Amino acid sequence: MDWFYIQGILMLAGINLIAVLGLSLLTGFTGLFSFGHAGFMAIGAYLGALMTVSPTTSPAGLGLPFAVGVIAGGAGAGIVSYFIGRITLNLKGDYFCIATLGFGEAIRLILNNVQLFGGSRGWPGVPYKSTLPAIIIVDILAVIFLANLVRSRHGRNMIAVREEELAAQIAGVNVFKYKMIALVVSAVYAGVAGVFFGHYMTFIQPKMFSMTKSTELTIIVIFGGLGSISGSVLGALLLTALPEILRAFEIWRLVFYGAAVILIMISRPKGLMGGMELTPAGIRKARNERKARVQALKESKNSQNGEVGVG
Amino acid sequence: MIQFMQQLINGLSIGSVYALMAVGYSLVYSIMSFSNFAHGGVIMLGAYFGFFALTLLKLPFILAFILACAGTTLLAILVERIAYKPLRERNAPFLYFIISAMGASILLENIVIATIGPTFRTYPAVIPRTPIQLGALAVGRLDLIMFFISAVCLTGLILFIEKTKMGKAIQAAAYNIKACALMGVNTDKIILIVFGLGGFLAGVAGVFFGMKYTVYPQIGNITTKSFIAAVFGGLGSLPGAVLGSVLLGTIETLVAGYLSSQFRDLIAFVILIGVLIFRPSGIMGKNTVDKA
Repeated sequence: MDWFYIQGILMLAGINLIAVLGLSLLTGFTGLFSFGHAGFMAIGAYLGALMTVSPTTSPAGLGLPFAVGVIAGGAGAGIVSYFIGRITLNLKGDYFCIATLGFGEAIRLILNNVQLFGGSRGWPGVPYKSTLPAIIIVDILAVIFLANLVRSRHGRNMIAVREEELAAQIAGVNVFKYKMIALVVSAVYAGVAGVFFGHYMTFIQPKMFSMTKSTELTIIVIFGGLGSISGSVLGALLLTALPEILRAFEIWRLVFYGAAVILIMISRPKGLMGGMELTPAGIRKARNERKARVQALKESKNSQNGEVGVG
Repeated sequence: MIQFMQQLINGLSIGSVYALMAVGYSLVYSIMSFSNFAHGGVIMLGAYFGFFALTLLKLPFILAFILACAGTTLLAILVERIAYKPLRERNAPFLYFIISAMGASILLENIVIATIGPTFRTYPAVIPRTPIQLGALAVGRLDLIMFFISAVCLTGLILFIEKTKMGKAIQAAAYNIKACALMGVNTDKIILIVFGLGGFLAGVAGVFFGMKYTVYPQIGNITTKSFIAAVFGGLGSLPGAVLGSVLLGTIETLVAGYLSSQFRDLIAFVILIGVLIFRPSGIMGKNTVDKA
């Protein structure tokens, strides 16, 4: 395995991680599930390409610097998500999920018909701008922003919405507003991920942003553990590398992947790191909780034995 | 006018197959309140069972048909036992069911790709392709049979649910599964039967779909549309699923015929979004009150 190959996997994992971190806020911390985030990635990828593709190779390109593309992609996805949120965030549980699925697929099918961007044939000639250092820097910034957001008053309100929506509402949390913030932030993350994805592949096609991609992102969040940023990081690294490790099995690898997803759901539903963080404080907290649990178990056993003795 | 009638006939025929698939989604949703995305994989395997029963085993059509349906019935039950039962026992939130269903769908699709291969396969011509002429209109024999058998299956299903004791138990479970279990109904058995019924209809739909078009591992993507039909009609409502499917099939063929086949898929998702915005419970779904 040469460095170029490993670097490629790391870059893909880093790009996935940006989108997964956003989704982690929406799913892990606010409790909303989306099957349409590939649509936001598509918006980011196409808007980003629109900015950076040189006008000589494609009539749609503007030939602007990469940074402009990143900002435009993120902002575009965020704005679209705001309007989608306005009409769908009042839907309950399953229906919100289905609505995001519908929007994600609709975005892809609309792009299929935009001839300016090559339609379903795809859009070649996107400049290769995503470098590993750039991706790592964006990942770090994304983690720092997310960690601070989650620990702020706003983050606590989001967690309250996840835990018990009705109770949060009664306690004075503006549920709709916090759901909206989570959705828009996650869409911006997905949009930025899309820009990097497009500028890594140098070719974009609506097919890349199908429901399968959305599902993949959600699966990573769940695999890493709901409500854990370090879980999302681990999940993105492991699950992007897993198909590559299994590449020796060629066509069987997706069979294993599907089986692994079911296995995780039925055996370890909290994911790798559900609700825990890999920081010194997080580890201490998890240890204390574990101790308390063992203690409680012992006490309940003792009291049971005591009762039997009295009886 | 002739063209319109012709499109309407085509729409009804595809709508009736959608209905067979959509009912499977709705049945499971009515009892377990989650969207069983593995259903698409079961339909796809139904098409393959029928195909191999006809070509490899060289069975007569009726036997192949029965074999395919039996196979999908068992498969649907197997999926429930492996992917959902452990979650049910733990009272897991609905999302885990959906993810598990997604996993099962990826698993089924890729098992087929790995063992049978991703190539497109065409059913042998069991039913003559020559259409029946009704005046200026041409009605495909297959379309006619599809429509007829779908109607029989769906009527049978609705009769089963309305008239039998077991059907009454299913209705009760759809109303409130916990209370139903407290009344002494074996809800585990009910869920088994619901998955079996959905699987059986998936087999019928799979064979017909394979006969009308081709068989390939990604048929599951088309079943997404039947899921939309189920939402359109109102998730959890069987008559709604049938009505939604027929409407969706007709609208799709009309759009493909008069506007552009490019918009055929898009219109399905536009309908989905429209329904969710203006009437999330669908045409015939019961308005659920959030009990919190």
